[in-house]
Amino acid sequence: MLHRLITLVRKEMQALLRDSQSRRLLIMPVILQLLVFPFAATLEVKNATLAIFNQDSGRHSTELMQRFAQAKAFKKIIAVRSEAELQQVIDRQQAVAVLRFPTGFSRRIETKTAPEIQALVDGRRSNSGQVAISYLQEIVQAYQQERMLANAPQVSAVSKVVVRHWFNPNLNDTWSIVPSLVAIITTISTLIVTAMSVAREREQGTLDQLLVSPLTPGMIMLGKSIPALFVSTAQATIILVAGIFAYRIPFQGSLLLLYGSMIFYIIALAGFGLFISSICQTQQQAFLGVFSFMMPAVLLSGFVAPVENMPNWLQALTWFDPLRHFIVIVKGVFLKDMGAAAVVSNAWPLLVIALLTLGITDIVFRKRLG
Amino acid sequence: MKSFSAALVRQQQRSGTFRRLVALCRKETLQIWRDPSSILIAVVLPIAMLFIFGFGINLDSSQLRVGLVIEDQGAEVQRFIASFTGSPYLRVITGTRPQMEQALADGKIRGLVVVPSDFTEKSQRPNDSAPIQIIIDGSEPNTAKFVEAYAEGAWQVWQRERAAARAQPMPSSIQINSRFWFNPSALSRNYIIPGSITIIMTVLGALLTSLVVAREWERGTMEALLATSITRAEFLISKLLPYYVLGMVSELICIAVAVWILKVPFRGSILMTLFVTTFFLFSALGLGLLLSTATRNQFDAAQGALNAAFLPSIMLSGFLFEISSMPLLIRLVTYLIPARYFVNAMQTLFQAGHVPQLLWRDVACLMASSIFFIGLTARLTKMHLD
Repeated sequence: MLHRLITLVRKEMQALLRDSQSRRLLIMPVILQLLVFPFAATLEVKNATLAIFNQDSGRHSTELMQRFAQAKAFKKIIAVRSEAELQQVIDRQQAVAVLRFPTGFSRRIETKTAPEIQALVDGRRSNSGQVAISYLQEIVQAYQQERMLANAPQVSAVSKVVVRHWFNPNLNDTWSIVPSLVAIITTISTLIVTAMSVAREREQGTLDQLLVSPLTPGMIMLGKSIPALFVSTAQATIILVAGIFAYRIPFQGSLLLLYGSMIFYIIALAGFGLFISSICQTQQQAFLGVFSFMMPAVLLSGFVAPVENMPNWLQALTWFDPLRHFIVIVKGVFLKDMGAAAVVSNAWPLLVIALLTLGITDIVFRKRLG
Repeated sequence: MKSFSAALVRQQQRSGTFRRLVALCRKETLQIWRDPSSILIAVVLPIAMLFIFGFGINLDSSQLRVGLVIEDQGAEVQRFIASFTGSPYLRVITGTRPQMEQALADGKIRGLVVVPSDFTEKSQRPNDSAPIQIIIDGSEPNTAKFVEAYAEGAWQVWQRERAAARAQPMPSSIQINSRFWFNPSALSRNYIIPGSITIIMTVLGALLTSLVVAREWERGTMEALLATSITRAEFLISKLLPYYVLGMVSELICIAVAVWILKVPFRGSILMTLFVTTFFLFSALGLGLLLSTATRNQFDAAQGALNAAFLPSIMLSGFLFEISSMPLLIRLVTYLIPARYFVNAMQTLFQAGHVPQLLWRDVACLMASSIFFIGLTARLTKMHLD
């Protein structure tokens, strides 16, 4: 029995690594994604352009403008001189926001009569706009605090806030992306390897030969899953090593927990891959099937936007998304030193998903036999 | 007489081209039509994906879960708690410090606010600052920023009320009144949906065509085609045209769903949208065909399409992630991604309407990229066996 399985796995590995084109396609994407994504996947606002329409002639607006110019979020400040120009700057996406200091702004600060800065933000990218405005708000606040201290030191500091960011003290986007990438790369390769390989056998007519061989459907499924396990684990390891040594992200948790849960994750995914391939006739169908599964799986996993922002019915649906659980584990183990109990509480849904999908696939395969 | 017969031959050639083209397009269309998965891809998938994008990718945090650890029981602190529970942006959970720290590590809360036991005592002393600690889960930087902004906002409300209660002079605070142009309520959905139509079109265009030429090679039908008298141009057009029509139909479906069901405002002209889409589709279809022609293997072409079309369109198109914040080298790479121009055009068309300066630049770049991909495919297409 074991011997048969080993032979099958060896044959699958050979089919995967047979020619240089296929080998390149297994390794190139990993490298490419490692080089590009950690830098690209950012919701941070940096190097942005801010436009300012200053109708005030006092010193406060000048002082604030200098402070805005020093912030690392804004690389360039452009001066706007008229209402029409202001409109144009926003329309043509020349600046993320236009600030306007109305006439008498400085005087209002001195006389304490509700000074106001108007900000016109490009709503085409409202998230960046909100982040940019929150930076501006911080700067304005700091300026006020300083003025307050200078004017009346004794009534000043009644309370103060100390903000700390745990697990990622500098809010570095790379620290959040690279662990997620470990999960995403394994997703792509596991699905492609499992779903496409069965469809290829079917298209070439070799699946029937496999089915009439002494191998049981369960063993065929295992024989298709184990190569996926090898390939995906190897790819994940590359990313992990690069994350720790090249991107210098401190790995906090236990490798044993990470790899242990990764096996569960890959089996759950292989279940989906095999299920897709069991209902598809051609490679094109299998590929599109993989795609129709992978796209929502990635988008709803919490990788791009937090799961809790979704409506409740959708949050419930994401329970069946293995990536959602695994991303929590990878990020948790990588950045937060997640303990065994927490890992298990996120890993058991993976087992349930694997049993469900593999069970259904087994039934479909048997039907084809009978 | 001679010129007449030459013209006749030319005309026959032309009509031959036309006939062959129609026949090939018909064959390709039938192949799409008979494969139930193609219809699924053209109609069901776009709608499903649009819903997923529309509901699943929401950057506007409605209620962030934040833990509150109160180690002090003074009256001041009660008011402090009230200002936090009163915030519409935060859902407050109270507990002990170890409990909340554990919850933060498990990802159950996004941040926690600690009022230390000596808070009241310190705040009574004239020159002491009673510190309040805010600890935020930094593993998701964007969410962390919102937690910080909302928590500080709640703290400020409390600060202001307290100053008023004690009749202390509060410095008149400078307000930043922000208005979001094009998108007054700053809904991230309004720009994510137009951008996600780009992703859907990329998927349709590149993924469908990436397999078509490779399939002919794998099944041996390419040899049969080569034996006929079709020209390279006819071959390519017959592979592009049916998928182009399919893509346009999906585009219209996407716009309809976005506007009527997801209620995203559409301010541009539909004609301009279709015009831009045409060039984007040709570049996406061209890329798919290129991969298919270059690999001659469906498995490899599929992988190639995933990595060359789909992932860059998500990561480097600016549909979600901010291009201007990327490092210079990556910014330069984004100029090579056709999706970048299409995302920009769609976001402009949906939200701003017609901004000629932006749109014409996008159209020109898309045109260049379609010429590049289709041209390269034509070069690689060999009309004879090796």
